[in-house]
Amino acid sequence: MANKNISLWQKAIVIHAVMASFKKLDPRILWRSPVMFLVAAGAVLTTAIAVLYAVQGKSSGFEFHISLWLWFTVLFANFSAAIAEGRGKAQAESLKRSRESAFANRIMKNGRMEKVSALDLRKNDEILVEDNDIIPGDGEIIEGTAFINEAAVTGESAPVIRESGGDRSGVTAGTKVLSGKVKVRITADPGKTFIDQMIAMVEGAERKKTPNEIALEILILGLTVIFLAVVVTFPFFSKYIQVHVSVVVLVSLLVCLIPTTIGGLLPAIGIAGMDRLLQMNVIALSGRAVEASGDVDVVLLDKTGTLTLGNRMATQFIPAQGVTEKELTEAALYSSLADETPEGRSIITLAKEKLGIHGTDITPPENAVFIPFSAQNRMSGVDMQQRRIRKGAEDAMAKFVKDNGGGVTAEFSKIIEDISFDGGTPLVVVDNARVLGVVQLKDVIKKGINERVGQLRKMGIQSVMITGDNQLTAASIAAEAGLDDFFAQARPEKKLELIRKYQAQGYMVAMIGDGTNDAPALAQADVAVAMNAGTQVAREAANMVDLDSNPTKLLDIVEIGKQILITRGALTTFSIANDLAKYFAIIPAAFVAQYPALQILNVMHLANARSAVLSAVIFNALIIPALIPLALRGVRYRPMSPTALLYRNLLIYGAGGIVLPFIGIKIIDVLLNLFHGA
Amino acid sequence: MASNLIEVGVSLIFLTALAIPLGKYLVLVYGGQPTGLTRWVSPAERFFYKLSNIDATEEMPSKVYIRDFLVFNLWGIVVLFLIQVFQDKLPLNPQHFSAVPWDLALNTAVSFVTNTNWQSYGGETTMSYLTQMLGLTVQNFVSAAVGMAACAAFLRGFVRHSTEAIGNFWVDLTRGVLYVLLPLSVVFAVFLVSQGVVQTFKPYVSVQTLELQNQSIAVGPAASQIAVKQVGSNGGGFFNVNSSHPFENPTPLSNFFETMAILLIPFAFPIFLGEFLKKRKEGWAVFLAMLILFLVGLGAALFFESQGNPILKNSGIHNGLNMEGKEVRFGIVPSVYWEAATTVTSNGSVNAMHDSFSPIAGLVAMFNIAIGEVIFGGVGVGLIGMLFYAILALFIIGLMIGRTPELYGKKLGASEMVMTVVAIVFPCVTLLALTAVAVALPVGLAGLNNAGPHGFSEIFYAYASGIGNNGSAFAGLTTNTPFYNLTLVAAMLVGRFATIVPALVIAGSLAQKKISPENRATLPTASPVFVGILCVTVVVIGALTFFPAFTIGPVLEHFQMTAGKLF
Repeated sequence: MANKNISLWQKAIVIHAVMASFKKLDPRILWRSPVMFLVAAGAVLTTAIAVLYAVQGKSSGFEFHISLWLWFTVLFANFSAAIAEGRGKAQAESLKRSRESAFANRIMKNGRMEKVSALDLRKNDEILVEDNDIIPGDGEIIEGTAFINEAAVTGESAPVIRESGGDRSGVTAGTKVLSGKVKVRITADPGKTFIDQMIAMVEGAERKKTPNEIALEILILGLTVIFLAVVVTFPFFSKYIQVHVSVVVLVSLLVCLIPTTIGGLLPAIGIAGMDRLLQMNVIALSGRAVEASGDVDVVLLDKTGTLTLGNRMATQFIPAQGVTEKELTEAALYSSLADETPEGRSIITLAKEKLGIHGTDITPPENAVFIPFSAQNRMSGVDMQQRRIRKGAEDAMAKFVKDNGGGVTAEFSKIIEDISFDGGTPLVVVDNARVLGVVQLKDVIKKGINERVGQLRKMGIQSVMITGDNQLTAASIAAEAGLDDFFAQARPEKKLELIRKYQAQGYMVAMIGDGTNDAPALAQADVAVAMNAGTQVAREAANMVDLDSNPTKLLDIVEIGKQILITRGALTTFSIANDLAKYFAIIPAAFVAQYPALQILNVMHLANARSAVLSAVIFNALIIPALIPLALRGVRYRPMSPTALLYRNLLIYGAGGIVLPFIGIKIIDVLLNLFHGA
Repeated sequence: MASNLIEVGVSLIFLTALAIPLGKYLVLVYGGQPTGLTRWVSPAERFFYKLSNIDATEEMPSKVYIRDFLVFNLWGIVVLFLIQVFQDKLPLNPQHFSAVPWDLALNTAVSFVTNTNWQSYGGETTMSYLTQMLGLTVQNFVSAAVGMAACAAFLRGFVRHSTEAIGNFWVDLTRGVLYVLLPLSVVFAVFLVSQGVVQTFKPYVSVQTLELQNQSIAVGPAASQIAVKQVGSNGGGFFNVNSSHPFENPTPLSNFFETMAILLIPFAFPIFLGEFLKKRKEGWAVFLAMLILFLVGLGAALFFESQGNPILKNSGIHNGLNMEGKEVRFGIVPSVYWEAATTVTSNGSVNAMHDSFSPIAGLVAMFNIAIGEVIFGGVGVGLIGMLFYAILALFIIGLMIGRTPELYGKKLGASEMVMTVVAIVFPCVTLLALTAVAVALPVGLAGLNNAGPHGFSEIFYAYASGIGNNGSAFAGLTTNTPFYNLTLVAAMLVGRFATIVPALVIAGSLAQKKISPENRATLPTASPVFVGILCVTVVVIGALTFFPAFTIGPVLEHFQMTAGKLF
C-alpha cells in the first residue's frame, strides 16, 4: 500500500469525517440504524420543547442542554462510521490514482497495436506490456516472462517473476514491469478489478452486512423495542403513584437505555475490520468470508511453498568412519563449486559456514576438471590430480565405489537409511574408492512456522498438511512443523475430497491455494485465500486474495475475523451493562420529590434530579467517541482457550461496563455542579 | 424454622434424585422407545392412533407441527368454551350452577388450554362437576402434554441434522399424556386421597355449625384434578382458595409432597436435555443455573419474610412475623417454599396469599414469573424459555470468544435470533403495555382492593401471571370483569404462543443444520462460566425490563413499609 498504517487521527480524514457526520443526519441514511434514528427523533422532540419553552419564557436551560447532548450522541455515532470509511477511502484513493493515468497497448484482431486508456480495457482484451510499463488492468500472462515490481499494491519492493503457463501467471493493475515483455489477457472490466472491489468494501457504501451483523442488529432492535416499551409505559405507571414525568426526562431515559453505544459503533467495527485486513495486504471479496474465518476449525496447508521453502537444502555433513568432518566438508565443497542447482549452492553455503570461510574467495585448484551432472551416471564432481571426488545418490555412488575397488559398510547404509527415515535426502560423497560421508539434504521448514502452527492450535484450529511427498518425508515435516495431521502422496483432487470430508463432519475449513488445480478445493472451502501471484482461476474461486502471496497470512485473517466478532460482542455487553447505572441515576431522580424513601436508590448521591438526568445523557453521549479507537482498532485478541478469553472479556467489558458509568456519571455530575452550581 | 429449612433441603434432594430417572425415562418416551409401561399403555396408545387415523411413524417438518399444534389448541379453546356456556343444560351439575358468562368462559377456556389455569372464578361456586372433569381436567392433561411435546420437538432440532423433520405432534402429545402425566397423576391422586383430599360425585354437604348456622361444605372429584394440577404445572384449584383449602391440601405431608409434585417434571426436563442430546453435563449445567436462580430467589424471600414487619413488631407481636394470608398449619417456610416453587414453575397453585407476603418476597415471585417462567418453568416450556435465554446470552456474551455463537453444536444465525427476540421481547412488551392500560383506565383500577404501590403490584402480577402462564394471583384484585377477563386472554395467548411457535420454528431451522463438533475453540456449554452467564443474562434482562415497574411496586412498598407505612 502506498501509505500504509494511516494514523488514526489524520487531519484531512478527521475534517472530512466531521463534515460527513452532519451529512449523515439525513433521515434516509439515519433510518438504516434504528437506534440512532430513535435518538435523532428524540432530539427533534426535545429541541421543539426547548424552543417552545424559550418562546413562552419558562425555559430553564435543562431542555436545551439535554437536546444539545442528544444531537451530539447522533453526531458522535455518525462520526465513528465516517472516520472508519475515511481511513479506508484514503488508502483506496492512492491506488485509484496510480492507474487512472495508465495507458495500454491493446492488440487488435489484425495483430496491430492501438494505444487506449486503461479505462477502456474490457475483459478478454489482449495487451502487450513491456519494460517500465504500468500494468493497466487485472489479468493473466498468456505469453512471456517478466520481472514485476508489485510495490504499489503490496508495499514489497523486491521484484517478483510472473510467467505464462504456470501458477504464477496473475498480474494486478497498478504494478510495474521492470523487465520483460509479456502478453496479458485482461480478466476484469474496469470497475470490477480487485482494487475496485477493495475500494467498494472499504468505502462502506456497498458493504453488504454479514449474517452475524444482521443477527446482532436484530438483537439490538429487540432490546430497543423492550426499552421503548419501558419508557412509553413509564409515565402511566408513575401517574398511578401521582408522579408526573416530563417528556424531556422520558426521552433522556429512552436514549440512555437503548443500546446507543453498540448501535452507533456497529458500522464502524465492520468497516474498520475490512480496513485492517487491507493493511495486511489482503483483499476480501466479502465480509462474510472474513467473519467466517473466525470460525475456522481446520486449516489445510500445502507443504511446498507454504510450510517449507520448497527447495531441499544441505543441513548436515555426516562423515563415514575414519573420515574427519573437515575432510568431508572440503570434498563436498569442491564437488559443488560448479553446481548451480539450489542444492549445490546450499552445500557451499553450509560448508563455508562450517569451515569458517567468509566471502567468495574459494578458488578450485589448478587443472581441476568439473564433471557436471548427467542423466547417465547420475552424479557430479571434480577431478583434481589423483582425486576423483563425486557426489550423488546412494545407488549411483555405491556402483562408482565398487567400480574403483571399494565398498559400502553396513554402518554407512544405516546412516543413509536414518536420513531417509527422517524425511531427508542423502547425498553420498566419495573420493575414488573411499566413501567420505553423506550430505543430508532436507526440505527446510520456513522460519516461524512452528510458532504460527502453535498459535493456530491455541486458537483451537487444527492444521493439516497435504503433500505429494511420500509418507516418511511428510511425517517428518509434519512433526517438525508441529502439525496435527497430514496426508501424503496426495493428488491435487485429494484436496477437494478432504475438504468435503471435514465439512461433512461439521468443520469449517480454510485453505490457501494458488494453482489452477486448487480452484475446485478453493471454491469448496469456507474460507479460501488465493495468492495474488496465483492463476486467475484460483483467484476467482477464492473469497480472499493475499497480495503478498504469503501463505501464513491466514493466521492474521483468522485473527481479524475473530477480532471483529469479539469487538461487537464486547461493545454490546458493555452497552447493556451500562444501563444499570443509568437506571440508578434517572429513576430516583424521577420519584424522589414525591417519595423521599426512594432517595436510597440514589446510590451515586447525584446532586439533584436535573443534573442526574443530564449527567446520564452526557455520559451516554461521550462514551461513543471514547470508544471509537477501540472500535477501529478492534479488541485485542490473543490466542488462548475460549473460556480464558471469555473470562477476560467479561471482566473488562461486562464488569467494567457495570462499574464505569457509575463513576463516569458521578464525575460528570460533580463537574456540572461545580461550574453551574445548578 | 431450622427444621423447616431441613425439610426444604430434603425435598430438593429427593426431587433431584427422582428427576434423574424421570429425565432418562422422558428420552424413551419422546424417542419412541419402549418403556417399562409399554406393556400396559401401548394398547391404549395404538387405539388412539387408530381412532384418529394417525400414522405414528410419520414425521413432520416444523410448519406442519406448528399447524397441528395451533389447530389442536384452537379446538381445545372452542370445546372448553362451549362446555361452560352450556353447563346448565349438561349433566353432572348437582349444584345446578348456571351457564358461565361468555367473557369468563373465554378467559377460563384460554386459561386452561394455555396451561395457565388463571381462575377469575371460584371453582366451587361456578363450575359443574362435568365442566371441572371433562373440560378443565382434560386440558390439565393435554395442555401440559403440549408443553412437553413442544420441548421434545425443540430439542430434536439440536439432536438431528440435515433433516426437516422434528417429530409428530400427535404422537408426542399422546405419549406425554399416557406415559408421563397419567401414571404420575394416578399414583399421586391415590396418595392425596389417603391424606384426606375429597374425591366424590355427591352434592355438597350441608352441616350445622356450633353456632347452629347452616353451612354448605363444598366437595367433589377434587383429588384427581389436584394430582394433575400439580404434576403438570397447571395450578388451577378445585376450590377457590386453591391449595390452602383443607380438602385440597389437608396435611403437612400432603403439603410436602404437593410441593414436590409441582417441581418434579420441571426438574426432570434439564436432565432430559442432557440425556436426549447425549450431553449429560450440559443438562446438569442448565439444571444448575435454574437451581441457583431458584435458591437465590427463595433465599431472598425467606430472609425478608423472616424479618417480619416492623409495624407488627412495634405493636408487640412476637418477631413481627406476619401470618395473615398464610395457613398457620404450614407456617412461614413451607409457605414461602411453595410460593417460590409455584412461581418458578408456572404452576400457579397457592397455599398462601401472595399479596400478604413481604414486598420483597412478592418481588421475588413477580420476578420469577415476569422473566418468562424459565427457572425450571412450566413442564417443557420452562426449558424452552431457558434455552431462549441461552441463545441470547451466547449472542451477546458468546461473541466475545470470536466465533459465530453456537449452542450444542448448532450455529446460531439471524433466523434463530429473530425467533428468540420474538419469544423474549413480545411477552415483556405485552406485560408492560397491558399493565399500563390497566393502571391508566378506570375499569382497570375499579377492581383494586389496595391503593398505592401494593395495588400496582396486584395489577402487574395479574398480567405477569397470565403471560407467564402461571395462573396464580397476587389476590386483592377482582378480575372477573369483562376488562380483566379479556385483557388476560390476550396476555395468556401471547405468553403461550410467542414461546412455543418460535421454539418450533427454531427447531425446524436447527434440524436442517449440520452439527459442528465440539473442539478446543468452542465455548464449553458444560462449564461454570456457561452457568454463570445464563444466570446473569436472566437476571439482567429481567432487571432492565422491569426496573421501573419493580421500583413503583414492591421496592417502593418495601421502603415505605420500613418507614412505617402500609397499604
